[in-house]
Amino acid sequence: MEALLAIVIGLQTAGGVYLILRRRTFSVIIGTALLTYSVNLFLFASGRLAIDMPPIYTPGVENYTDPLPQALVLTAIVISFGMTAVAVLIALGAYLESDIDHIDLRRDPNDLDLDPDEIPWEQDPRDPGLEAPKGDFG
Amino acid sequence: MSPNHWIILPVVMPAMMAAVMAMAMRHDVVLQRVFSLAATVALIAISAGLFISTLDGTIHTYQLGDWVPPFGIVLVLDRLSAMMLLLTSLLAAGVILYVAGSGWDTRGWHFHALFAFQVMGVNGAFLTGDAFNLFVFFEILLIASYGLMIHAGGGIRLRAGLQYVVMNLAGSTLFLFAMGTLYAVTGTLNMADMALRVRELDPGDQALLRTGAMILLIVFGIKAAAFPLQFWLPGTYSNAPAPVAAFFAIMTKVGAYAILRMYSLVFSPESAAIGTFFLDLLLPAGLLTLFFGAIGVLGAKQLPRLASFSVLASMGTLLIALSIGTQTGLTAALFYLLHSTFAAAALFLVLDLVADSQGPTIRAPGGLVAALFFAAAIAVAGMPPLSGFVGKLLILDASRDAPQMALIWSMILGTSLLVIVGFAMRGSRYFWKPLDPGFANPENLDPDGNPVAAHPIRSLAITASFVPFALLVLLTIAAGPVTAVLSDTAAQLLEPDRYIEAVLGPQSGEH
Repeated sequence: MEALLAIVIGLQTAGGVYLILRRRTFSVIIGTALLTYSVNLFLFASGRLAIDMPPIYTPGVENYTDPLPQALVLTAIVISFGMTAVAVLIALGAYLESDIDHIDLRRDPNDLDLDPDEIPWEQDPRDPGLEAPKGDFG
Repeated sequence: MSPNHWIILPVVMPAMMAAVMAMAMRHDVVLQRVFSLAATVALIAISAGLFISTLDGTIHTYQLGDWVPPFGIVLVLDRLSAMMLLLTSLLAAGVILYVAGSGWDTRGWHFHALFAFQVMGVNGAFLTGDAFNLFVFFEILLIASYGLMIHAGGGIRLRAGLQYVVMNLAGSTLFLFAMGTLYAVTGTLNMADMALRVRELDPGDQALLRTGAMILLIVFGIKAAAFPLQFWLPGTYSNAPAPVAAFFAIMTKVGAYAILRMYSLVFSPESAAIGTFFLDLLLPAGLLTLFFGAIGVLGAKQLPRLASFSVLASMGTLLIALSIGTQTGLTAALFYLLHSTFAAAALFLVLDLVADSQGPTIRAPGGLVAALFFAAAIAVAGMPPLSGFVGKLLILDASRDAPQMALIWSMILGTSLLVIVGFAMRGSRYFWKPLDPGFANPENLDPDGNPVAAHPIRSLAITASFVPFALLVLLTIAAGPVTAVLSDTAAQLLEPDRYIEAVLGPQSGEH
């Protein structure tokens, strides 16, 4: 069971890391959400894995599982939920204000260090997309 | 003995003020200003009282809900946390006064409520003696800082804010990974208890402990903008509203404080599992941060970016001082921490005055604003007569016996020169030559790149920008007594047993 859980956490973390390294905000936010899921599982396992054991006092039970990681996970879930909501709103605001949903701060559309092959299928023809705000914000 | 309830007030009071300001006063900005200022002044008084109560060397604790540590969360007030509380409240007073004077709080919603939440998070991070509670307070100060960072909106600011949020979300996740690892190894989250468990750790668990401690160092390194985790800082600070950037001067110091607290108490060099591993890492990180900050200062085209890179340079200097690890080294580090917080705040407030005094004529501001910029540049570069000079002198003196003395001296002196040249170059070009619009602050450009009409500078804003300068002058004049207090603070940090005893009781060392 430990090996299975470790593999799951590892794969999920790897997926999250891959996604937060992407260029578009949508995949980055999904990536951070994946990362928080995997850290929740990780925290859960930090109190050792135990099956069919209660975390709080129950009459007639001798073995208990560690209740603390469960409290930690609960806190972490609430916080990451709020943080993800804030990130989504800021990303949405940034996209609506500047028509770019790229995570980087490039201002000059001519300064593309993009792979030229990457643009066509990602860019909607109706969307002005890569047009940067005018003026030198360098 | 009845518990000393004053200790919880720096956390509870801003939290309640924020709720009241967000709920009851949302339409009345004048009322918000009055409440916010009054609360900050009260906070200064409370912090000063707490600071005085620690001067005799006692370490006060406050058990939340009367749960006995290590089971409950405990707040710990020692010399270091009392000093940081006082620093925060003084800085907050200057920033709030500036915000009220310059009208920044009318350019968006809920500035004062968010600011109070941020103060709550920062104070909590300084007070807590529980590692997971430290995470929670980090999140509180971060989520408030997200709101402040994008205050008044604008496309470029929102995008810079998004980067900041994503960077810190990744940091928070790492923090949780570190907490899980450390809890799995030590079975506790109370920092004093964890310090005891680390000392008598089973040799087989040492690798896991070092892994957790290393991840934690990465998290604090992100907050402190230590190389190679500093890339978020220039974009964030130069695009944040100027008074917010001025208050963010304390945010990097929260990272430095957390490094100092965890690596002097829990992962202290005395324990066999750790040794000097982390001190050895801090030195190159500090040297490189300083180097990149100075190069950035030299190359920055705009004043806000110049200021951001100078913050980076000051964090590098601070990390170098921390890495020395002796009592004189820590004293120098704490002095430089105080200085660099006020200096960065002064610089960002002056830059806002500069931006505000530019009208449609693209004329460089002269007179008082230019003189203030000159003074801020002197403070940041660490030239006499302001306290940056004293701070750097203390660091150089403390590293005299360090094995890497030649490296530290040449790096600090060389980068000081770079920073002076950078500020002189950009300052003279900005204030003495007719401007081209490309140099203007983004604040003052409309979407077509033309300068917009200046915000009128009010005398209250100018007065408020004098607050950090006054504190810098005070720090310079009182450098002797301040250094004496800081030396005692450093001595207390180097004796973690007293902290552990204060938290867990007198018999704690024996089990």
